Amino acid sequence: MGGGVLVFAERRDGSLRRPTLEAVGTACRLARILGGRVDVLALGPGASACAREVGSHGADRLFVAEEPHLELYAPEGYAATLAEAARESGAAAVLVPATILGKDVAARAAARLGVGCLSDVVEIEVGEDGVLRGKRPIYSGKAYAWLAIPKARPAFATLRPNVFPLPAAIAERSADVIAIPAAVPADRLRVRTVRVEKAAEQELDVAEASMIVSGGRGLQDPSNFRIVRELASVLGAAVGASRAVVDAGWIPHAHQVGQTGKVVSPNLYIACGISGAIQHLAGMSSAKVIVAINKDREAPIFKVADYGIVGDLFEVIPRLTEEIRKLKAG
Amino acid sequence: MKLLVAVKHVPDTETKVRVASDGVSLDEAGVKFILSPYDEFALEEALRIREARGGAVVLVCAGGESATATLRQGLAMGADRAVLVRHDGFDRADGLGRARVLAAFARTESPDLILMGKYGVGTDENQTGPMLAEILDLPHAAAVSKLELGPKTFTAHREIEGAVEVMEGTLPALITCEKGLNEPRYASLKGIMAAKKKSIEVKTVLDLGCDPADLGAGARVIWESMELPPGRAAGRILEGDPSEAARELARLLREEARVI
Repeated sequence: MGGGVLVFAERRDGSLRRPTLEAVGTACRLARILGGRVDVLALGPGASACAREVGSHGADRLFVAEEPHLELYAPEGYAATLAEAARESGAAAVLVPATILGKDVAARAAARLGVGCLSDVVEIEVGEDGVLRGKRPIYSGKAYAWLAIPKARPAFATLRPNVFPLPAAIAERSADVIAIPAAVPADRLRVRTVRVEKAAEQELDVAEASMIVSGGRGLQDPSNFRIVRELASVLGAAVGASRAVVDAGWIPHAHQVGQTGKVVSPNLYIACGISGAIQHLAGMSSAKVIVAINKDREAPIFKVADYGIVGDLFEVIPRLTEEIRKLKAG
Repeated sequence: MKLLVAVKHVPDTETKVRVASDGVSLDEAGVKFILSPYDEFALEEALRIREARGGAVVLVCAGGESATATLRQGLAMGADRAVLVRHDGFDRADGLGRARVLAAFARTESPDLILMGKYGVGTDENQTGPMLAEILDLPHAAAVSKLELGPKTFTAHREIEGAVEVMEGTLPALITCEKGLNEPRYASLKGIMAAKKKSIEVKTVLDLGCDPADLGAGARVIWESMELPPGRAAGRILEGDPSEAARELARLLREEARVI
């Protein structure tokens, strides 16, 4: 089908977010099959500064719209400018990180162009027939669907973070910067982000973390999340939670893993005092390695666990934290 | 204030998923269908806004005949009217196909605010809301966990990775709803009885001037196959002394699984 691949770059505080580079790596792979270029779009003041970073990871051209009103997320302005860049680039496919922002802007931009979008894919390929195909979790990961976009171009897909490999920097080279205007002027925006409130303690998000330590009812009391946090801290992991403890108000919803929470694919998932309701298992069973710590040996979580400890989590977790601290120090 | 709530009729989150014999659909035998949980937050928010400011709450669902059960539930919670846009092919429609149908309906109602879940559970796409906003040329905020309305404006908080984004915009607008926005009410017995007496308006996609060919399999996105995740091999269970189990687990994670 010809044509290249355009990647939407997500920036925060002036830096590219990691899922962007994962998307650039995948774009390079698809562009080789399609025989086209790899383009990136970055928005907001200072966007052209990422030319070296995306270039050294394989991008050929960097489209930028650096107007101040695109610094923070503005759905209309972002989507219209992404649609404009897709036309400008002539891309056959547009790849967007499946972050909160990415899923939103991709859908709105695809509607603007009247094309299809595959959400949150975990595998993506271009067939010899030139058709873009993606595999995506459905029913929160209880099943997967293969979907294809045969005709409309560009075909959109959002890529689930932490699934596609982070490409190594290949060479010291810079993408060619092409400035384009913001497709919606500042005075025409009817919604915009006015501020971003960061948590007092900067926490890793479960949707993007490569390791997660989750707590459930077995912790017995919200204050006992402390031992989960300590284990997470030693590992450099995010803190997750079951629906039961989120609904009980022990921890904010942002931490919830599973259906009506986040579907995650970390390298390591440690479930502490979580029995493993079907909605929770759906959200985490694609983790590469699963550890369960629970006193009930009949708990469903042990059916998906690679390693399990049947025992009192108040005795096990602090000791595990200590053992891992020792290993890391050694 | 006129509030339009778009809802979806979806398999219960407790569903054990099986693949139907066609290799691409959910086997619906024995599956219970419900109002999509995120749409409950949308409906609850609409009811609270109506209670505070007056107006009417209109429910719309694009679905098959069976979706009347979900609309009936919404009426029981307190919606004023319910409309089914009936079509049997919605299961294979993509986000854009659904959004076009909902847009055609929304134009006949001209709401001040459209509310819907951040996604319909099951397909989990996060597409229909932002697409509907784009088609209707409305500002939108997605996955909102706190909403405040002024006379002609809104302020929306949404959780992004590791932070909260605060958005301000003008009405009319579209908001997709995240868990945490509110605590949805249960339908009262009185509400359930009243809902039985209300009629559900039925429209077809043709009534709305939409093309059924835009909704079926293969309009833009083709569902080629559905598969279950590979089963996980039985794991290793460590029992006995907590200190020894913890030490052994740490060793296995480093030497065997190589993840730490």
